[in-house]
Amino acid sequence: MSAHKPQSIRQNDLPDALPDFRNLGVMARILLAVNALALLAAVSRSRQIADFVSNLTEIAGWLEPVLLLVVIVLYAASPLLERLAYRYGLLAVLAVVLAATATLFPFQAMLAGGGEWTGISWNLGYSALGTGLLASYFHLRNRALSPALSEARLQALQARIRPHFLFNTLNAVLSLIRRDPKRAEAALEDLAELFRTVMADNRELISLKDEISLCRQYLNLEQLRLGERLRVEWQLEPAAEQALVPPMLLQPLVENAVYHGIEPGIAPGVIDIRIALQDARLRLQLSNPYYVEHQHRQGNRMALENIRERLLLHFDVEARLETRIAGDRYEIDIVMPFRTTL
Amino acid sequence: MTQLRVVIVDDEQLARNRLRELLDDCRGELAHVVAGEAANGIEGLEIVAAAAADLVLVDIHMPGMSGMEFARHVQVLERPPAVIFVTAHDQYAVQAFDVNAVDYLLKPVRAERLLAALKKAAGGPPVAREVFERIDPGPRRYFSIAERERVTLVPVPDVIYLRAELKYVTVRTRSREYLVEEPLTQLEQEFGGVFVRIHRSCLVARRLIAGFERTVDSDGEAGWSVVLEGWEEKLPVSRRQWAHVKTLVR
Repeated sequence: MSAHKPQSIRQNDLPDALPDFRNLGVMARILLAVNALALLAAVSRSRQIADFVSNLTEIAGWLEPVLLLVVIVLYAASPLLERLAYRYGLLAVLAVVLAATATLFPFQAMLAGGGEWTGISWNLGYSALGTGLLASYFHLRNRALSPALSEARLQALQARIRPHFLFNTLNAVLSLIRRDPKRAEAALEDLAELFRTVMADNRELISLKDEISLCRQYLNLEQLRLGERLRVEWQLEPAAEQALVPPMLLQPLVENAVYHGIEPGIAPGVIDIRIALQDARLRLQLSNPYYVEHQHRQGNRMALENIRERLLLHFDVEARLETRIAGDRYEIDIVMPFRTTL
Repeated sequence: MTQLRVVIVDDEQLARNRLRELLDDCRGELAHVVAGEAANGIEGLEIVAAAAADLVLVDIHMPGMSGMEFARHVQVLERPPAVIFVTAHDQYAVQAFDVNAVDYLLKPVRAERLLAALKKAAGGPPVAREVFERIDPGPRRYFSIAERERVTLVPVPDVIYLRAELKYVTVRTRSREYLVEEPLTQLEQEFGGVFVRIHRSCLVARRLIAGFERTVDSDGEAGWSVVLEGWEEKLPVSRRQWAHVKTLVR
């Protein structure tokens, strides 16, 4: 598994996989780590400040072109690398690094005023060492995140679907059995499907379409209880439905919207859900009426933190979740990468 | 035996229907009639008074006014009905009910539990008013005053000041004043932050404090008085409270 590989979070497998080289967070980590190593090397080779600057310039001259070339090649080759088993993937990355080092060496040597050919073995050695260090870092990071993932999953299980909702819904269904058995049947079917999804193994990313239909089932049940007090307005860009998202991304937010935005109001309230593609990214916006005096109720923050954490684990820095209070409405805004394939 | 007059207060239509069905099921065991139903606490208070209810089944989690606050307001009636709370899931409230021996039903409600609760309420002694104050996590949204067999509700934000006089506390709004039978110290505790004590016998709405003014009282002693936003009357600040009160205005 990998925190960056989007399609799955397999907590039982050993967390051995290459990082997602197309993820901004991963690229930033590689660039920062390698340059930090270069800085260290420059410090260790210098006796005086003046030495340090010239050493750093020299190291950077050798290092940066190789580093950039490697990052670009890995970005391009990322889909291929992901298909390899971890150990072959590592070897492939090492091969890319060494090849980049060797390819650029003649030009760099020329620019540096003709170095000897023995210099190349040093450069290859440094490159291999750097690759090894980074591979260990990503390996350890995966291991550290792995328990966090299963923990997050557990928390998600606990946080989603309030007992308040379950018991009230059962009570509503009971009231329908004698008067309107057909509606009672439909409601129990919705409830069963909702719980099947909730209790499923929620590690795989699912299509947004499935998540939306889950929300609709949930809202049908709430409609039963709340009647005309609950109004939902969907604005859905059809193309966005194919996006892959973490399961239970939207449902807990919709549940919060009902609990904090609809139930405290005597007058009808509107939950507004907009899903669209924007600059090749997926954007989900949800808003509901805001009641100041209702804010001491717990649970809202927990669900939000949970979703934020799972977005981070799946997409690293490429996803963000923001909340704000705009007048008398509470708004949630999520932007995440638009992915359609595993 | 006379019939027990029952009122149902719940914001969900289906939940009210369910209680009606279950009450029907209990009718053979205990004579009663459903004297009315309401979708929120404010309507509920009107119906309870108009129907001369003996017993109210009230949901805790309702918009506008919680079932707990509703139960407190009902107590100002001359002959308050027995109150049975109904809740789907509310850990803290249920704990408080257990501790204070207040009856409650869990949703989904069972007919036999409902019947037991009805019998207990019909025969048992009424629950003391203080118990409902104790179990309500407050603060209330309204003050309640019994007037001509009805409950008048005064929204807390409408209140300018609360002043203790002999046996009662005067609740002053822009349009008129009301008398409530609650000790000022207790009100101070419940609404701490909303009302500030400026004198042994007076609490004022904090958000209305506009400034202070030097005044001379009837004994010829000079002191500070509070100037309230949009209110002519100046209320004297006691020496003892001055140090604290003066920090409340920038």
